[in-house]
Amino acid sequence: MSAVIDRRGFMAASLVGAGALAFEARIALAETPGAVPLNAFIRIGADNKVIIGSKNPEIGQGIRTMLPMLIAEELDLSWDQVVIEPTLANDKIYGVQSAGGSNSTPNNWLPMRQVGAAARAMILSAAAKEWGVGAASLTTAAGKVSHAASGRTAPYAAFARGAAGETAPDLAKVALKDPSRFSIIGQSKIGVDTVAITQGKPLFGIDVDMPGLIHGAIIKAPAHGATIASHDAGTALKRKGVIAVVPVNSNSVAPGKFDTLVVVADSWWTAKNAREAVKVTWDDAAQQGFSTEAYDKGAAAAFAAGPQIAHAKNGDVAKALAGAAKTITADYSYPFLAHGTLEPQNCTGRWADGKLEIWAPSQAPNNGRNDTAAMLGIKGEDITIHQTRIGGGFGRRLINDYMVMVAQVAKALPGKPVKILFDRTDDLRHDYYRPAGWHRFTAGLDAKGDLVAFRDHFVSFGKDGKPIRAAEMSPFEFPVNVLADSEIGITYLPTNLATGWLRAPTSNAVSFVYQSFMDEIAQAAGIDLPELMRRTLGAPRDLAVVPGRPVLHSGRARAVIEGVCKMANWQGGKLTPGPKGEKRGRGFGFYFSHRGYFAEVVDITITEGNNVRVDKVWACGDIGSQIINPINARHQVQGAVNEGLGQGMVEQKIEQVKGVVQAESFGDFPLIRIEQVPREIAVQFLKTDYPPTGLGEPSLPPVIPALANAIFAATGQRLRQLPLKLA
Amino acid sequence: MSQGKFALTINRKPVSVTTDADKPLLWVLREELKMPGTKFGCGQGLCGACTVLLDGQAVRSCQTPVSAAAGHKITTIEGATALPQGAKLVDMWREIDVPQCGYCQAGQILSATALLLANPKPSDEEIDAGMNGNLCRCATYLRIRRAIRKAAELADVTGDAA
Repeated sequence: MSAVIDRRGFMAASLVGAGALAFEARIALAETPGAVPLNAFIRIGADNKVIIGSKNPEIGQGIRTMLPMLIAEELDLSWDQVVIEPTLANDKIYGVQSAGGSNSTPNNWLPMRQVGAAARAMILSAAAKEWGVGAASLTTAAGKVSHAASGRTAPYAAFARGAAGETAPDLAKVALKDPSRFSIIGQSKIGVDTVAITQGKPLFGIDVDMPGLIHGAIIKAPAHGATIASHDAGTALKRKGVIAVVPVNSNSVAPGKFDTLVVVADSWWTAKNAREAVKVTWDDAAQQGFSTEAYDKGAAAAFAAGPQIAHAKNGDVAKALAGAAKTITADYSYPFLAHGTLEPQNCTGRWADGKLEIWAPSQAPNNGRNDTAAMLGIKGEDITIHQTRIGGGFGRRLINDYMVMVAQVAKALPGKPVKILFDRTDDLRHDYYRPAGWHRFTAGLDAKGDLVAFRDHFVSFGKDGKPIRAAEMSPFEFPVNVLADSEIGITYLPTNLATGWLRAPTSNAVSFVYQSFMDEIAQAAGIDLPELMRRTLGAPRDLAVVPGRPVLHSGRARAVIEGVCKMANWQGGKLTPGPKGEKRGRGFGFYFSHRGYFAEVVDITITEGNNVRVDKVWACGDIGSQIINPINARHQVQGAVNEGLGQGMVEQKIEQVKGVVQAESFGDFPLIRIEQVPREIAVQFLKTDYPPTGLGEPSLPPVIPALANAIFAATGQRLRQLPLKLA
Repeated sequence: MSQGKFALTINRKPVSVTTDADKPLLWVLREELKMPGTKFGCGQGLCGACTVLLDGQAVRSCQTPVSAAAGHKITTIEGATALPQGAKLVDMWREIDVPQCGYCQAGQILSATALLLANPKPSDEEIDAGMNGNLCRCATYLRIRRAIRKAAELADVTGDAA
């Protein structure tokens, strides 16, 4: 796909559901007294406040604030008249509503603006009729219509009823503002819920409450995939406050089987404690053989045997390596990771009269509707889904196990609203993990020191020759896609664990191994990594990628590499020692993911006790022509950088014994803490002539290899395994 | 489990609850008093999401049985701005938009309030030490430091200068 087509690809108005401007959608939302709906997203109040529906799940990425900015811009509102509320999850009206893949910005940049512009056109038509003038003679600003010739000005509210009766214009044809006229887009806006958060208002899934609400705690099979052989809830049911013990299928085992018991009580505290009184035996023989130890042995055996699958094969690597002036080999690996969202998984549901109502902190609520409808054997349209604010997503809540489970409990207890809540151990042991992986690399340099051959044997998890979720690997991974002689081979190991997407999925791990190994190649070539990247990326052009996937443009890559080198005054990895002679070093990393280009530099000091202290990070990114909400953009990058440093520095790994995940809490699955993050993270965006793309993910991957490369520069130790641990 | 009647003072208001003596204050606040601002994160005192003040000291409400909280002055996020330090911190939290997902922030604000009550002008190291028990999964830590510095009227350090 070329950059030009990519640009057009984002313009598809069909990304908004076909019903977005339909009359039915307006009726559905016409609940606020006195507010007139113009379309599924916009209602105008009598006080000229404009209520804007924000359609996508908010996980801390700022989308609930940002999408309304796009609508408000084209509707010509002043930001202080905007009231934002989450919409229902309903893809028939709103189109795609998910928080994943950094897709919300590219997929909504034009459609949301078109929605705003369409509403503005309807208001202008109504005002023109009301005043008996031509619509072209009217102007709008700050939620008011003006007619210069007659000196008349009136708020939008004056024309709301008339506008609601106007035919909505064709979204694809509605005129949009020239970016030079933007007054909201590009201006920093504080998060829509920031004030409510500081007041402790109920915003999150866990806070959902209603009269008669009952609570469920879960007992899930310790080994993922195991099922309930038998259970006895008699003693638990005698406890005061305990209402029921309901077997459910978390959507992980065969239909008709159950892998979870939900203990339901009048309070969650009671339900959680009553779990100890339930006796369960598990059918878990098939899971016993899976362990961290077995995977490590499997990877070693795979390396010895060679790859099962030729994934990418260009030219003749064996011949190129045989003729190389120098070859470099290295083995890298990284562990399974949990997401550790601070708000544990939870969901609320109520079954009544054959219909289900759900309140969900889900990153993909419409997928949850499909999963739930299939599990209950009901129609998707009989499920209403409310979107709550979400206490961290990071990809965990793209899976809807909690929704499927609460739906089964609600159906078993009709008429009673019920909320299920995982405790921390449930949350860490029943995650959908970032899969572990192993890479054996061989690279060849020619006599000039240019990279001429590259081989990766990748070992991860799969079944029947196919990767399981989030264990895939691009056959066009840089530098495989630019070298005449290069290859990737794969071996898939079996696992019982469920895997899933973790912020910057695949990229968070692949960046570490590829950019660390590229640093090794650079060392062998006697140059530094930015220079090796420049040489290997070559002239500005589109590089080969998976058809239909975003293209990597080597010119954009080189520009952010130059950018960060300038920001950090890059002179190589050597730094003068600290005041007490402490070793210091600096590392570089670049990665392209989710349409975004980021190059980052990390400065570290080795402190007493052989600990790594990160002093400062610089990040230079290119996500297109427009930073929509600058304050949030900076915060996203800083958060992603810190998260990546956490994956490198703290003892984050998920280990398994006899099929069972061992992590219990934040003691043995630590998250990065305030003492461990740098004092400064400098962020710069390069504006380029490409449509704006997402920022939830692409700034995370490069910081992990930059950290590892800084440790090498400081100590001479090449750490090839995550989490990084100095000898 | 022994039931009892417990007299609590929450955000300067007296309240009385009849519940299990060992029920954590966190769940008494959330389930019985319908004050959901205090958050459940780990239930083991490792994340700080449930932090409240007990007589001005930061405590983990998930580790504090209601019986141990009785007779003490409890401050939760819903009443944090009644303390001048809390009010200043909340203003700064909003001004620089500290939260991302926001789930940990009630606990962060209360830990910061306890820090400034004990130490009105903390050094950078003292800020980190005082806040190290509070996890932020979104890693908003640079802004947490900055908001505390601003609330303490120390020189503003954004942490994002090139």
